Amino acid sequence: MARITAGVGCSHVPAIGVAMDTGHTEDDYWKPCFAGFEKSREWMKKANPDVVFLVYNDHCTAFDASCIPTFALGCAAEFKPADEGWGPRPVPVVKNHQKMASHVAQSLILDEFDLTIMNEMEVDHGLTVPLSVMYGQHGIEDEWPAQVIPLAVNVVQYPAPTGNRCYNLGKAIRRAIESYDEDLNVVIFGTGGMSHQLQYKRAGLINKEWDIAFLDRLTSDPVGLSQMPHVEYLREAGSEGVEMVMWHIMRGALDEDVTEVHRHYHVPASNTAVGHIILENTTS
Amino acid sequence: MGMKKDYDDIPGTIVFDADRGREGYHLNQFCISLRLQKNRDVFNANEEAYLDKYPMTAEQRQTVLDRDWNRLLEIGGNIYYTSKLAANDGINFQQLAGLMTGMGNEAYRKMMVEGGRSPEGARYLDEWDEKEQN
Repeated sequence: MARITAGVGCSHVPAIGVAMDTGHTEDDYWKPCFAGFEKSREWMKKANPDVVFLVYNDHCTAFDASCIPTFALGCAAEFKPADEGWGPRPVPVVKNHQKMASHVAQSLILDEFDLTIMNEMEVDHGLTVPLSVMYGQHGIEDEWPAQVIPLAVNVVQYPAPTGNRCYNLGKAIRRAIESYDEDLNVVIFGTGGMSHQLQYKRAGLINKEWDIAFLDRLTSDPVGLSQMPHVEYLREAGSEGVEMVMWHIMRGALDEDVTEVHRHYHVPASNTAVGHIILENTTS
Repeated sequence: MGMKKDYDDIPGTIVFDADRGREGYHLNQFCISLRLQKNRDVFNANEEAYLDKYPMTAEQRQTVLDRDWNRLLEIGGNIYYTSKLAANDGINFQQLAGLMTGMGNEAYRKMMVEGGRSPEGARYLDEWDEKEQN
């Protein structure tokens, strides 16, 4: 039986990818941001998942305004890094565990989560930056150490799915994975955030206190945290801070009691507060 | 009757909701087309002719030509889309924020390095003082 052993929360700021791809991680500006992921990379080596189930949002790359699925599951054999306007990131093609992905799609729909199934999809920085920060730099000729099942969530056009919906989807994902009949170690990523506003006159908003409280409650009070209304994200964490709903999917897929093994918080990466947490299940 | 929007009292913020998605559809589709170099080449050769392909409003069209970044958001643009027009012009996300806030690149960058814009005084319209913010 496949099992989810741990969850990772992680920002996916595009500038982090640019800094890695252009060799600027040792600059004064970036050093403290990347220092907090050193322990994470050691942890990833030890955890050594067979499959990463990666929850992220697409930034008008695979989905422009013509089609906006709330939840879209990547079921293709592989996903190429997309050209977002400055050339594709020089990172490996993302390989799916296609059999598990199709099993998860079928299981989730019968569990009343009506997903969109993607048999062709390119992936943008929302997916590749978390892989880069957690696994370190991998070049085009290289391979990612794990297979990756992408789940794209709409957070670009309001409303994103509610925190409650996301949390419950996480539980359904766990049921799906645990009913997959192969002994595989799965780590689930929830990405995006933390507080940031990219647009209009209030751009640059950062709410450290709110972010830290979110990280605290993610461990200690996940159900209560999942009830937070969208307006609070928008007001307190900035218009793009609503991305944080994706972390509830990750959290919902874990035990209610988890062990926090690592945390990192840094301001700024470009316009954004970088947040990161690793939570291990206590039962598996 | 439209839905009551509980986020309308957040200052300095345009929430890209379903209404704005409807109003801004062609504007945003134009912007995202600039993700690809071949389209950027055609646009940069003749902006007016390229814009003819997108049935946006006369105001949206003029606002694109004027590069009025805040107005683009007010009339249906979304930042992930308008940022592609900015990127075409050689303006990155942080420089774009410098323009939208009216702070300029240096002051904006400095604010971010010092921890970002505080939420104090920036949660509700009635406590928001635009001059004070910059």
